[in-house]
Amino acid sequence: MKFKFSLMAAACVAALAMSNSGVKAEDGVLTVGATLSTTGPAAALGIPEKNALTLVPTEIGGLKVKLIVLDDAGDPTQATTNAKRLINDDKVDVILGSSTTPPTIAVSAVAFDAKVPHFGLGPMPVTPGKERYTVIMPQPVPLMAAGIFDHMKKNGVKTVGMIGFSDSWGDLWLGQFKAAADKYGLKLVADERYARADTSVTGQVLKLVAAKPDAVLVAASGTGAALPQSTLRERGYKGPIYQTHGAVSQDFIRIAGKAAEGVIMASGPDMLPEGQPDSALTKAPGLALVQAYEPKFGPRNQFAGHPWDAFEVLKRVVPVALKKAKPGTPEFREAIADALVIEKDIAASQGVYNFTATDRYGVDERARIMLTVKDGKFELIK
Amino acid sequence: MDLTILLFLVQDGITNGAIYALLGFALVLVFAVTRIIFIPQGEFVAYGALTYAMLQGGHVPGTAYLLPIFAFVALLFDLYAERSRITGAFLLRQGIEKIVVPLALLFAAREMAGVSTVSSLILTVAIVAALGPHLYRIAFQPLADRSVLVLLIAAVGTHLALTGLGLVFFGAEGQKADALTDFSIDLGPLPVSGQNIAVYVATVLLIAGLYWFFERTVQGKALRATAVNRLGARLVGIRTKGTGKIALALAAGIGAVSGVLLAPMTTIYYDTGFVIGLKGFVAAIIAGLASYPLTAAAAIAVGLIESFSSFFASDYKEVIVFTLLIPVLLVRSFASKHTDEED
Repeated sequence: MKFKFSLMAAACVAALAMSNSGVKAEDGVLTVGATLSTTGPAAALGIPEKNALTLVPTEIGGLKVKLIVLDDAGDPTQATTNAKRLINDDKVDVILGSSTTPPTIAVSAVAFDAKVPHFGLGPMPVTPGKERYTVIMPQPVPLMAAGIFDHMKKNGVKTVGMIGFSDSWGDLWLGQFKAAADKYGLKLVADERYARADTSVTGQVLKLVAAKPDAVLVAASGTGAALPQSTLRERGYKGPIYQTHGAVSQDFIRIAGKAAEGVIMASGPDMLPEGQPDSALTKAPGLALVQAYEPKFGPRNQFAGHPWDAFEVLKRVVPVALKKAKPGTPEFREAIADALVIEKDIAASQGVYNFTATDRYGVDERARIMLTVKDGKFELIK
Repeated sequence: MDLTILLFLVQDGITNGAIYALLGFALVLVFAVTRIIFIPQGEFVAYGALTYAMLQGGHVPGTAYLLPIFAFVALLFDLYAERSRITGAFLLRQGIEKIVVPLALLFAAREMAGVSTVSSLILTVAIVAALGPHLYRIAFQPLADRSVLVLLIAAVGTHLALTGLGLVFFGAEGQKADALTDFSIDLGPLPVSGQNIAVYVATVLLIAGLYWFFERTVQGKALRATAVNRLGARLVGIRTKGTGKIALALAAGIGAVSGVLLAPMTTIYYDTGFVIGLKGFVAAIIAGLASYPLTAAAAIAVGLIESFSSFFASDYKEVIVFTLLIPVLLVRSFASKHTDEED
């Protein structure tokens, strides 16, 4: 027994010693760590992001890229642990992730304390004064909402009924609507909620139809957005239906079927690079992404664009930072943080990034396209 | 609110309620026979719906591969448990049950994917129902004599494992199947679809089938005897080990049928089953995890309350449905005599 105990103690000490020694930064290697939600409720986002990371360049500015991908299951606590592990043990130069807002906020906090450049893949609010190390790849919701409200205004919509997820996504869009309603002359006549796992939205849709809105806005994501779309059409709603960029995916068309025809959606430009004019800066990176992604992993989606774009940004900032310092050093990480605001018009699949000291999204209208569905295919609304 | 809306809401409530009733039956059945509070019931629904949608779309579903794996693990368990008394007849029976049948189903799924709605339906129920007994063998049989709490913990673990496997085998995106039929009939202002009718018919048939099984067959009577008194049942020669497997096969089959019925009505994800299962659970709890007719009535009530609350206060729908449990549990705890857990 005593022997067994001392053996175990020895093993523990050995394990500790090994984990403490950590990894020494190798010369000529750019270490990129990512924590993604590849399991759990946000797996539909995390899996394509992980897929896209298999397609990114293996060399940037003469440096070999070493990629470490961890799973946080969408849990902020796990994301914090992962981020700490990547920074302390793997000594990453930049950190990516996570897939949705809560774990992204968690990673951002760790990255700020450790002074490691961080590319958020889920939209998140940046605390004033803590902007320096975090930039965010996805479009901010107000930008996408403006596209939808603008389209409503131009097409004479006065009253709107909303049906959204009973979660932060639904709340976020309701907030956007209330903030912008006066500016666009819109009035909310019904506000309904449902959950992704609901077997029916008949009750909510009946109430929406009874309120007779000029248009309906569905604030949901993924294939979950298809249920109100088809129920509205089944119950005879004839007006236009708007969907957020959370819903734009081939799966949405697959599930909604005929009911998807004529829907109006705000989307990131990487859903339809083919339809963009040659002058658009997002066209070439978008085409490169879908041509690499689709043969290997199936239909394109918006989430794969975010890690892809993080590497588009890295391609621009790493060479600049390399002039100042070597990878694996705090000076190099500072140099990347500096380069993020020095480099202008960084073209990527989801937008053209111009980060500033306070605007950490760095995108403008070029990061948004409006789509409709015709004959089961996405089409650009000009 | 006018009459048309009222009718729509009632129809919606009864349709969902019928599905919850099926789940409630399975929960009552499993609890009565094995004392397991069967959390993973919802996963059978999701597996059924996703298997059906994939077969219909001409793909081989992950469950078809999962079944031989589960069966093989169950086979290893059995071989180890019986290692001192293995006979030829035992090996033959085990071989057919745990190797030939699962592989035959896998072969059938590969050959018949996308052939017809009926073949997809039968295959789905066969594959998912066959998962039940193996799951019991692996996760619950070694713990069969432990307390309800231990079994509940095992059930939660099984639920988490099955959800994870669902993500691996079906992917993160949802699936929706085509309706069984395009048939639709107008009752006044209310269109009743063939799918709705299928749900009602299936529920009634399953109630009748369960009644017949428990009242008229030896197997069913053995299950009831085990439910009433496990030790007594063993004294009169009933193999109580076998009853657990039958109960889980039935539960998985009922889950698969519910899944097939749900698949054309809504998008099902690998993790949708849990919440749907919980609503069946609410119905089963209201009925004290004991009575089938009471479970059916409670399930319809849950469906109706859900449907009306989604019209009047969609924000609070889930809150309202699950809050129902509190007064019911209060009344039950005052009305019933307290007895302590067996240990």
